[in-house]
Formats: sequence, C-alpha cells, structure tokens
Amino acid sequence: MTQPRNPVEPFLRMDRMPHIWCPGCGIGVVVNCFARAMLESKTDIDSVQVVSGIGCTGRIAGYLRMDSYHTTHGRAIPFATGLKTARPDMKVVVFSGDGDLVAIGGNHLIHAARRNVDIKVICVNNFTYGMTGGQVAPTAPIESVATTSPFGVFEQPFNLAFLADSAGAVYVARWTTYHVRQLAKAMREVLQKPGFCFVEVIAPCPTIYQRRNRLGDALDAMRFYKQQSKLSEGADTRTLDIPMQGPIPVGRFVNRDRPTLLENMNTVLGKRLGAKFTPYPTGVTR
Amino acid sequence: MAEKEKPKKPKGEVHVNREVCKGCGFCVEFCPSHVLALDTAFNRKGYHPPVAAKPEACNGCNLCGLYCPDFAIFGVRLGKAEEDSDEG
Ligand code: SF4
Ligand code: SF4
Ligand code: SF4
Repeated sequence: MTQPRNPVEPFLRMDRMPHIWCPGCGIGVVVNCFARAMLESKTDIDSVQVVSGIGCTGRIAGYLRMDSYHTTHGRAIPFATGLKTARPDMKVVVFSGDGDLVAIGGNHLIHAARRNVDIKVICVNNFTYGMTGGQVAPTAPIESVATTSPFGVFEQPFNLAFLADSAGAVYVARWTTYHVRQLAKAMREVLQKPGFCFVEVIAPCPTIYQRRNRLGDALDAMRFYKQQSKLSEGADTRTLDIPMQGPIPVGRFVNRDRPTLLENMNTVLGKRLGAKFTPYPTGVTR
Repeated sequence: MAEKEKPKKPKGEVHVNREVCKGCGFCVEFCPSHVLALDTAFNRKGYHPPVAAKPEACNGCNLCGLYCPDFAIFGVRLGKAEEDSDEG
C-alpha cells in the first residue's frame, strides 16, 4: 500500500521541511491555506510567481515550490510591480509581514494600491517584528508591550483594511488564522480578481508577541480569535480598528472593479497617440 | 454480543508525519470529531505529535490538515475517489 501524500505537498518545497517558523507560528497556516487555494482553484503552478520581503513572513518565498523571490526589506511590492509589468501573463502574489509591508515598505503599499497594480498582497499581521526581536510595529495595538516600548505602545496603529481601502485596493479582506476556510476562499478569490487585492491575516507569534504580552501560546491565540472575531462583511473600513485583546472585525470589506495600471496606460496613451501606440498586454480579461 | 453490533465503517483516515510536527495542538483542538490527542511520546525534535485516539470517528474532512502550520497532518476520505473536494 502506498502511503498517501498530503495534497498540498506539490506546492511546497518539502525538502526544506521542517521550516524555521516557531511551533504554532501562524505563518505556516497562511502558507497552508494558500496551497489549498491553489489546489482548489486548480491554478497552474507555473502561472503564479511569489514575492516576499524580509522578516519571518519573508521566508515564505523559500518554501513555496513555484517561482519565488525573496527580495530586500520592504521592497516586495516594487519588485512585484516590475515583475507583473514584464510578465502580465503571470499572477503575482506578495507575502509580507506587517512591519515589512507597512513600515519599511509602507509607501510602496499605498502607491501600488493607488495605481491599481495587478498584484495580490497577503499581509501576515502579528503586531510585531518577530525576526528582529519584537520592536514596535505600525500595527502594534495601544498598550501592547514591545522591546522598544516596555511600558506599552502609545502610538496609534494603522487599521490596514482602511489604509488599503482608502488608497484604492479593489479587494480588501481580513481573516485570522482560525478562519482557515474563509482564508483559503479569499485567496481563491484574489487569484481570480484583476487589480490590487489586499488580504490581511491576523496570526499568532507565540515567541515574541504572545510571550512579551503574556498572552499564552499559539493555541491560546487561536482560541482567542475563535471567541473574539466579529464577522463584519462589507463593513465601513473606518470601523475596523483592532484594540489590544479586543474584538477583531473580520470579513470581506471591499470588492469593486477599477481598471488596472496597465489598462489605464493603454487607455490614456492610446487616446493621445492613436495608431502610433501599440497597446501593451495587460493580462486582464474582462 | 460485541459481534452483533455493526462496527461503523470509518469515513476517513488521518495521517501524521510525526517528525515534522511541532506539537502546537491546533489539529487536536479544532478537529470537529475529536479524533486526535497529543502523544505522550516525543518525536526526534522533542515535540509531542498527535495520534488518532479515536480513529473510527474520523470523517476525513481534512480540517486538521488546513490548520497545521507544519504540513504534518492531513485527513483523507475513504471509499470515495481520490479527488479531494472540500466545500469551500
Ligand atoms: S518569531 Fe514569531 S513570527 Fe517569527 S517564526 Fe517565531 S512565532 Fe513566527
Ligand atoms: S497542527 Fe500540525 S504541528 Fe500542530 S500538533 Fe498538529 S500535526 Fe503537529
Ligand atoms: S480529517 Fe477531520 S475528522 Fe479526521 S482527524 Fe482530521 S480534522 Fe479530525
């Protein structure tokens, strides 16, 4: 009898397992859901390219068995923008942590959303910088403890869903690692949707965030997500703040259509240059 | 007497790759049929991987597989074609 294989294995570099993430780290769950989304949507593995930046989440690129790029800190989005422009036929997916994406690379995030670059951004939000030892992240809830704020964070954190929405993302959702089915579904949806899509995943970091804040282990975090998540589909994104150990609004908040960057380029330059202009392939079929 | 009771045919089967498990317990906690328990024995890395304590209750839903951050566990449905078609 042949031993059955885990159905997600074809999407993973199994020779590199076990991975470096800590026991119960939520990043593995996100990868698992992504592999599941690829499998369920029967997406061709060769049609997807993965880009990540630096940090614990940045390691995702090294574990997915597809063309993947581990870029410099905060620069996953500019790299992905170039990649998508050179190869509009490819689906480009960015995996990035909250610190990498929103602090170091924050400007890239808002401009990619504004321009509606046709990339899919999955942000693993664990409210901290894990790999570098727990400094205050732009998502750290007020009163949470970090190595650089031992008496509690007093800066207002970003509400990422609101940020992505107001900058122009065409798809914005937030789930936690407890919501594995919903998360896999959101990933299936963004793989099909043209334009700048943003999926935030609240994930446990037991080693840094949970431990510093005495919040127990990863399983405690998962139980907390189960109890405290508030389904808020379609909610006004201004209302989606995440208070320290308070309710977590989850759901799909934005799903709209706008022409992508390359479509807009073709429209504007086509109008101005007429027959002299050869439209650039956009990879979008509408 | 025991023979008279029709043994329920298990609907699914769970597989654990013990050596890559890190013992987080997600699978044990979120298995809807409470099939799993963490082993008292260790794997080579010093973690307690799950074992099927009630294998007959497994329905092959593969929720454990979706929750596992280490790709160390998965469930398969028995008696159906290989196709893995979870409702989304
Ligand atoms: S430090 Fe935190 S985010 Fe990094 S691998 Fe460990 S648990 Fe995950
Ligand atoms: S979810 Fe995976 S890593 Fe965690 S205890 Fe179960 S098999 Fe082990
Ligand atoms: S396949 Fe489903 S029922 Fe079986 S052990 Fe996994 S979660 Fe439990």
